[in-house]
Amino acid sequence: MEAHIKIWFAGLVRLLSGFIAMVLSASAIALVPQPAADQSEPIAIVGAIIHIGNGEVIADGVITFSEGIITAVAAADDAIDLSNHRVIDLQGTHVYPGFVLPNTSLGLTEVGASRATADFEEEGDINASVRSAIAYNTDSEIISTHRFNGILTAQVTPQGGLVSGSSSLMKLDGWNWEDAALRTDDGMHLYWPRLKTRRRNADTFRFETVDNEEYSGSVQLLHSLFQSAQTYTGEPLNLNLQAMRSLFNGSAKLFIHADEAKEIISAVRFARRYPIADVVLVGGREALMVKDLLLAEDIPVIYEAVHDLPEMAWHDTDGPFRMPYLLSEAGLKVGLGGGATGIQSQRNLPFLAGTAAAYGLDPESALTLITKNNAEILGIDDRIGTLEVGKDATLFISVGDALDMRSSQVLGAYIQGRDIDLFGTQQQLYERFRDKYSNQVE
Amino acid sequence: MGKIRTGFTATGLVFLAAISTPSVLAQDNLTANGIADDRRNAFAFTNANIYQADGEILSGGTLLIRDGRVVEVRAGGELSNGYFEIDLGGRFIYPGFIDIYTGYGIPELEREDANGAAENLFSSDLALNVNDAIRASFRASTAFSPATETRDKFRQQGFSTVLSLRADGIARGTSALITLGDERASESIISPDAAAHYSLSKGTSTQSMPSSLMGSFALLRQTYLDAAWFAVQSPRPFTDESLEAWNRYQGLPQIMEVSNWQQALTADKVGDEFEVQYILKGAGDSYKRADLIKATNATLIVPVNFPEAPEVDDAIAADNISLVDLKHWELAPFNPGILAEHDIDFAITSAGSGDDFLKNLRLAVNSGLPAQTALDAITRTPAAMLGVSEQLGQLAPGYLANFVISSAELFAEDSLLLENWIRGKQHVLVADFDDSDGRYQLLMAGESYDLELRFEEGKHKAKILLTDDESESRTVALELGNDLISLSFALEENGDRTRLNGWPVTGGWQGNGRSPAGELLSWQLLRTGEIEAESSAEEAAESTADAAVPGAILYPFVAYGRESMPQRQDMLIRGAMVWTNEEAGTLVTDVLVRAGKIAEVGNDLSADGVLEIDGSGKHLTPGIIDEHSHIALFNINETMANSAMVRMKDVLDSESINIYRNLAGGVTTAQLLHGSANPIGGQSAIIKMRWGRPSSELLIEGADEFIKFALGENVKRSRSPASIRYPQTRMGVEQVYVNAFSQAREYEKKWNDYRRLSRSQRRNVTAPRRNLVDETMLEILNGERYVTSHSYVQSEINMLINVADSFDFNINTFTHILEGYKVADKMALHGAGGSTFADWWGYKWEAFQAIPYNAALMQQAGVVVAINSDDAEMSRRLNQEAAKSVKYGGLSEIDAFKQVTINPAILLHLDNRIGSIRPGKDADLVLWSDHPLSIYAGVETTWIEGTPYYDRDEDLAMREQIANERARIIAAIGRED
Repeated sequence: MEAHIKIWFAGLVRLLSGFIAMVLSASAIALVPQPAADQSEPIAIVGAIIHIGNGEVIADGVITFSEGIITAVAAADDAIDLSNHRVIDLQGTHVYPGFVLPNTSLGLTEVGASRATADFEEEGDINASVRSAIAYNTDSEIISTHRFNGILTAQVTPQGGLVSGSSSLMKLDGWNWEDAALRTDDGMHLYWPRLKTRRRNADTFRFETVDNEEYSGSVQLLHSLFQSAQTYTGEPLNLNLQAMRSLFNGSAKLFIHADEAKEIISAVRFARRYPIADVVLVGGREALMVKDLLLAEDIPVIYEAVHDLPEMAWHDTDGPFRMPYLLSEAGLKVGLGGGATGIQSQRNLPFLAGTAAAYGLDPESALTLITKNNAEILGIDDRIGTLEVGKDATLFISVGDALDMRSSQVLGAYIQGRDIDLFGTQQQLYERFRDKYSNQVE
Repeated sequence: MGKIRTGFTATGLVFLAAISTPSVLAQDNLTANGIADDRRNAFAFTNANIYQADGEILSGGTLLIRDGRVVEVRAGGELSNGYFEIDLGGRFIYPGFIDIYTGYGIPELEREDANGAAENLFSSDLALNVNDAIRASFRASTAFSPATETRDKFRQQGFSTVLSLRADGIARGTSALITLGDERASESIISPDAAAHYSLSKGTSTQSMPSSLMGSFALLRQTYLDAAWFAVQSPRPFTDESLEAWNRYQGLPQIMEVSNWQQALTADKVGDEFEVQYILKGAGDSYKRADLIKATNATLIVPVNFPEAPEVDDAIAADNISLVDLKHWELAPFNPGILAEHDIDFAITSAGSGDDFLKNLRLAVNSGLPAQTALDAITRTPAAMLGVSEQLGQLAPGYLANFVISSAELFAEDSLLLENWIRGKQHVLVADFDDSDGRYQLLMAGESYDLELRFEEGKHKAKILLTDDESESRTVALELGNDLISLSFALEENGDRTRLNGWPVTGGWQGNGRSPAGELLSWQLLRTGEIEAESSAEEAAESTADAAVPGAILYPFVAYGRESMPQRQDMLIRGAMVWTNEEAGTLVTDVLVRAGKIAEVGNDLSADGVLEIDGSGKHLTPGIIDEHSHIALFNINETMANSAMVRMKDVLDSESINIYRNLAGGVTTAQLLHGSANPIGGQSAIIKMRWGRPSSELLIEGADEFIKFALGENVKRSRSPASIRYPQTRMGVEQVYVNAFSQAREYEKKWNDYRRLSRSQRRNVTAPRRNLVDETMLEILNGERYVTSHSYVQSEINMLINVADSFDFNINTFTHILEGYKVADKMALHGAGGSTFADWWGYKWEAFQAIPYNAALMQQAGVVVAINSDDAEMSRRLNQEAAKSVKYGGLSEIDAFKQVTINPAILLHLDNRIGSIRPGKDADLVLWSDHPLSIYAGVETTWIEGTPYYDRDEDLAMREQIANERARIIAAIGRED
């Protein structure tokens, strides 16, 4: 085992030398990494285990990209012309499509407990007009920690109320939000009201579940809103109704956030009463119980509660671990999102997929949950999600299996061919104190 | 368990005198509005079946009462003069029921909602206790006023006497014993201070302390100490009417209300600490561990508040009903029977069942509760508990003339309570009952009709049967009573009605009436026989005898509980990759386990007769140890800035499913910590996940004692804008510590000074007041208790190290310690360990410079580092969290895995017993399907001391059993509906 680790680190050191940006920034002061420059020359990565992201793997592969676009993905013996490419030989390490993180407040908040940094939830129940993209902070300290685990694109999503506003798909590298935007206003988010709420019983000191008295009023409010939006003529100006046109003209998907079976049924039935092309279920803890409805209505699920406890004591102990597998087996299109955990823990998205792989799915299928499937569900599969010619060169390199924390070690990453600096504040602090204690030891 | 100071036999003698025994019931000094109306009524109830104290029925007996008391119960014979005879014609007489747990006639206090408000740190400014939940000076007798509506409901259920208390507070004061006649308050109360009451709920007190169950226990303990000290102060140093009353009423029966059987055990244990044997008012779930309840020696007050059948018609809703609730629905009626079977003394109360009391009591009797025990539980037993056995609870000369008259044997299905006599006065419960049920012939205008008459739900009902097979009948509108009868019916469907009136005659009734056409009729209604019974009372009684408990009791009583405990096994695990955490490192070898210990580690071991387990291709590791967990606790946080007195051991929940889930993740040991709401939190509980054992058996025997400290934002209440509690800054946090330890030293000095006094010198002074906070702080200073401190930023870590150094003790462990990497050298120098998250960060401002390299950096600086969960979910993936120390910071895999095994064992001072695989250590082992740091690894078996508490194959089998059991009970509910 020790020997294994030594080899592994030797590989790491060797590879590091290939990544000039990382070496340079090692001496930088504690600032978020500088956005990368445009791809200046064609790049060829050879000797790689290429995970396409659609379930396929090329054991010894070559991937080339130029001006930010993938130009070839092939097996080594396909003899691709690599002249004028800068060639990086990975010697058997892995290449993955950049992971896609749906439903996150990344860039909208910095410290959960500090109200001043909270820009993800506007006041009020109906906020169709608000747009997450314009609040996205490219200088958030959290972004680089996500990139470090291979997450290169995020659906930055407003939360709360009933209609929380429009999300946008952001590249996790950029000077400003305009620069970072991959697709703005991709989805409108509907938080289905809860049938039950929890409150603390002052006698027993314990929480108990009670009916949500506002439920039917909330549903009525939503119907009224969607009815008004569907027939909105532009007169008089109503910013919320205007924003909701994106749902009816097909430019945005409707993301319904619901977890409990009855809430899912109600939310789906609600959505299908209006002419909205694409509906996505986010959350879906009990989606399996209403799978036939989701299948019939062709609604994909962004499942989030993988690293979660079963809801009931009698449920299978590993139920949440197995849920991505069970939903996939049921024939649903399944993606994984980070919304079940705090923003700072969403960098563990790859390990949600890893858990899905440990509990039912084969590893490459599990990988598609956070690559191809997430991209398709978010409607951005024309650009990202798989390593295929013509798509963005948004990819990363890992020493080992990126779905297993035991071996995940991201060495380099590209977003649209731009060589991303992975050396964030956390890495800087690490080196600072590693050196401090090394010197003390000496 | 333990010494009994206030057994109810003893108090009975003492408090017998407390019952007023006047020859006249009336309030002597009350002036009548009119002329005097004193009476000395005397009745003889003849031809009665009289229930006697030995459980036998005296048939054809006579009960004589005079002036509100029983004169004699005798077997028929001549009637003396002077008694008005009431011939009961074979009806039954039972002693009047006693409800020992009611709030009858006592006004409730209003609760003020304090959500979001600032902490309320002080009690109301009255000359009462420092804590508003100590309401010991309240006397129900001073607040009681008869409440006729409630009184009628109690009477209707057969009660003639109730114990009334105000169920508010942790000490609730005294209850009054009250009869339910029409007398005024002064006459109704027969014992103004009958019992003293306690609970674990602070009730309407708005004071912040206690906000948790362990805070309630702590307050209870401290109040016993305060009261004992206060009692010997002369003169009193201050006025505290609560403590005065607390002391005054210690001689009464002490009744403690709890919410479940686990609280019952803990409350009993606290009682033992102060040599008090509580009578425990439970919640009807004691059947789950009747053996342990029996072992407390406590008598119980048991409700028959059986749950409504859960709503199972909706499949989704049914899925959200826990197995516990399903099983409890089925087993709750068996609770009294199971307690009786365990020979536990108990009274039964209507609390929680109200108007369903008798119905539910019958259900209990049909579910294994012997009828005599049932009757004792509402008569003799509560009388004995309250020390009024010479007055109440049976029908014998001199006893209060409290009794009920029923139409049949009390627990027979169709038996009705007809009259409730209280202190010799009749209260009619069912006005018109007679024995008129039967088949009749109605003769009218030359025609004859069959008629059936029944008494149902308090009313007479009749129908005319038009065909022999009863397929066609006409409902009769019937009024019957006071020697009058009226009938009205239509012989043709939707036809005009015939109306009859009449009077009783031998064998039935006769009278006149009018036909639909208005003609005057003569009629007769003559009894022809009985209605054929669908099931007789005897059959019901027979079904009682063999009422089997329908579902298994599980240990613990929750999903994945077992019907019997798994057995410790000697075993030889062959050929696994063994992670020894010892010098041998990680290697393929054999491990032999005997008597719960690791016996041998080596190649080609042999051991005849022991179970052999093939470990080839698998990994065998020590059980995972979670240094920082909050699973299996009823509550986490108490509110006082210094909450050193609270004990997590008091609030262990052995029924928590998270114990099992932890086992499924390979966790065998955890330190269950108090929360981080206070600079000084409560005392830890260190447990092994012995799933199915009660809380006391989860604790690791002989483990060192620990306490939780906390620094930073939580302690400052940074997320509670309204908070006013000191400290609000890190500056104040330091002062809390300096103050607490200084106070503890003062306390120690006071006691040392006292102890140094000679016996004669001590006569002139009293011992200092014992203070559980100071005593706990002293334990820390004296090296008898170790500190695990929640911490984030480097300044506060430094501060606490300095405070500890200045008081000459060590911080054992910094937990969270997210900026530990910045001061790891200082931690190493101080000797503190670090128990941290693998990669949590940024959720609070103080966590913003947390880095996932923290564990590796601290380890590099020489700190003993553990990775902990602080989370019920993550704890079952701690092996994966350890793997992140490889990913971030490049620790070796062996060193990384030690961070969730031997390192936390070191931090808990248990490394001589657990944390590695070495002969002599506990056989707490996990067999993994794959490399234990890999996300692909799953737990196959988890052993604690050689006992397989989790096994993947068994788990899969249990899933099926659970599904079957749920289906069985849900089907049973469906049949009930």
